[in-house]
Amino acid sequence: MTEMSGADMVVQALVDLGVDTVFGYPGGAVLPIYDALYKHPTIQHILVRHEQAATHAAEGYARSTGKPGVVLVTSGPGATNAVTGITDALLDSIPMVVLTGQVSTALIGTDAFQECDTVGITRHCTKHNYLVMDPERLGPILHEAFHIATHGRPGPVVIDIPKNVQVATGEYVVPENILHNSYRPQVEPDGDAIARAVAMIAAAERPVFYTGGGVINAGPAASAALRQLVALTGAPVTSTLMGLGAFPSDDEKWLGMLGMHGTYEANMAMNRADLIIAVGARFDDRVTGRLDAFSPDSKKIHIDIDRSSINKIVPVDLAIVGDAGRALAAIVADWQAAGHKARDLGEWWRRVDGWRATRCLDFPEKKEADAEIMPQRAVKALFDATRGRDPIVTTEVGQHQMWAAQHFGFADPNRWLTSGGLGTMGYGFPAAVGAQIANPDRLVICIAGEASLQMNIQEMGTVAQYRLPVKIFILNNEWMGMVRQWQELTYESRYSNSYSDSLPDFVKLADAYGWTGLRIDTLGELEAGIQTMLDTPGPVIVDCRVAKLANCFPMIPSGAAHTDMILQPSDVTGTMDDEAKALV
Amino acid sequence: MKIKTEAGERHVLAITVDNEAGVLAKITGLFTARGYNIESLTVADITADHALSRITIVTSGPPPIIDQIIAQLDRLVPVHKVVDLNDAGEAHVEREIALVKVAGTGDKRIEALRLADVFRAKVVDTTLSSFIFEITGNSDKVNRFIALMRECGLVEVGRTGVVAIARGPEAL
Repeated sequence: MTEMSGADMVVQALVDLGVDTVFGYPGGAVLPIYDALYKHPTIQHILVRHEQAATHAAEGYARSTGKPGVVLVTSGPGATNAVTGITDALLDSIPMVVLTGQVSTALIGTDAFQECDTVGITRHCTKHNYLVMDPERLGPILHEAFHIATHGRPGPVVIDIPKNVQVATGEYVVPENILHNSYRPQVEPDGDAIARAVAMIAAAERPVFYTGGGVINAGPAASAALRQLVALTGAPVTSTLMGLGAFPSDDEKWLGMLGMHGTYEANMAMNRADLIIAVGARFDDRVTGRLDAFSPDSKKIHIDIDRSSINKIVPVDLAIVGDAGRALAAIVADWQAAGHKARDLGEWWRRVDGWRATRCLDFPEKKEADAEIMPQRAVKALFDATRGRDPIVTTEVGQHQMWAAQHFGFADPNRWLTSGGLGTMGYGFPAAVGAQIANPDRLVICIAGEASLQMNIQEMGTVAQYRLPVKIFILNNEWMGMVRQWQELTYESRYSNSYSDSLPDFVKLADAYGWTGLRIDTLGELEAGIQTMLDTPGPVIVDCRVAKLANCFPMIPSGAAHTDMILQPSDVTGTMDDEAKALV
Repeated sequence: MKIKTEAGERHVLAITVDNEAGVLAKITGLFTARGYNIESLTVADITADHALSRITIVTSGPPPIIDQIIAQLDRLVPVHKVVDLNDAGEAHVEREIALVKVAGTGDKRIEALRLADVFRAKVVDTTLSSFIFEITGNSDKVNRFIALMRECGLVEVGRTGVVAIARGPEAL
């Protein structure tokens, strides 16, 4: 066996694990690994402009491909800057491996230059983490880390590597068996539970599928199985923010997203259902609304790969622990083997159609060419203009994110990349960078707000360097719109610090970075502006000026039930009490 | 507005984990991060090759929270097994050791020694004006002994926290 340096082992392990791209930023404590990368041209290193962006880019890469994203950063500030993206990946179950440099082992604990307790800081925002003290452990740990990041419920894994461990030599060991000695997630669902689920679905009069990001994580086969099961049972489908794309939005059984900014029909169906089949979803507070009024008359089946998600918030009648795709396929197989036919759900669908008739996503707007653009209209126009081009859409966080979720339709999984759990402003643009790197020939659009975008706007340099044709479409209302909306609804319109003052001229900024910049001011310019964006090669930033004070509806106010949706601005009355404020 | 808290029942959890750096921090951090109680915690490695440690945690909470604690512990990568010893009803044995230092002379000193005898506490150190008692038992017994010693010149207590094991021939 030849000896090699720890840094070479790291790179060799990445090659052996099939890694083609690393997002990172060099620094003192990772220089040996950067030197090893220099000699390995098969791994593409994407130099970001801030370590947080490296983590979000890795998330975008992972979410759009299903493969783990890989990040390489230095010790101290490199590691701490990565923490937000690591936490984001934990909350949204994104597979990611983050390699951090660390000061040499003899200096650990001495407050050395650029030292921080990376494993301590990331202990509770990773699925698992390691501090490697011996170069011969690098091979086994890297292989194990990728195994843990991608198996069971996916998540981020941090490997902290002291600089002297990168320099020291040893034998590169590839573990023959990466079956972890204690981490053995259950992926195969229990057969009896599947049979019970089939019987419950067959007997239901008012069933609803409530699907989440777990269906996306389980791979395209899970989405296919979901579609098959919905076709067999004839039941309506709603999804969380993270689950959009698992079921086609143009299907008549699609109710739209549920939850705080979900559709009236989705939330009413959840409330009135007699059976909820939750698949890879975790009953987040943004989904359930007031818990004691959440779907009061339903039996609940919960399919999840993480046992701790079951009964965490909402007690369920039947738990199926396992991979969402395998569980759905098993239900389909059992359903067919039992010879079940879809039940007549006509009465249920008539009620659903009644809720649909409220047309809850409609919004008031003026139609003149010089009228201001409603943000919803801008999203719809973007969706219409990109039909048939199968775009990958990322978002930042806020009103524009909810409008995009409501008005942009997806036919397939892995096209919708958004920060759901952590709600990280600054996610969308670097995620688009990662998605574009992974899918160089695809149309990648970041739907942004002018405030969120500025949180990682420095990545315009990364895009310019790698000539990525990323399109940023800003819904610019000159406000941190969701903050302003909450202040309007909860704090009697005291707009404390939510105005986006001193905005840059985004067109000139585009010019400064060698991008194309466009500005759209009126409704009459909207379609042509979007077309110009799509027809322009290379990166484009569109500053789309939209109605400044538009609010995102429908909306379940905090502390309210699914049945208490605000559908229109005119439904807003009074102010909230402290209990409701605290629930936000 | 007042913040509400829920009372719950006491549970003893036995957890086997990889004996590696950071495991204890991971487990205690989980409890603080999710707002669970730790009433006592003991840890020591238990295998000949020092590969595994056993952690005994006494916690309390309503039944759904106890279920959550077990599920959350169980999904940590270095955790091998989590067992709620209360699931076996009273069919487990709990012990802790306390070292109890009592200072004084005259009647109080004699009374302390007599009570220690009743509790089968051992004298492990003595001077002309103090004793250190070692007492082993379940937490109730240790609590009662310490309460009595407060009347007899108690000056210092050290306790190990609970270790527990299920009755019967089966292993964890």
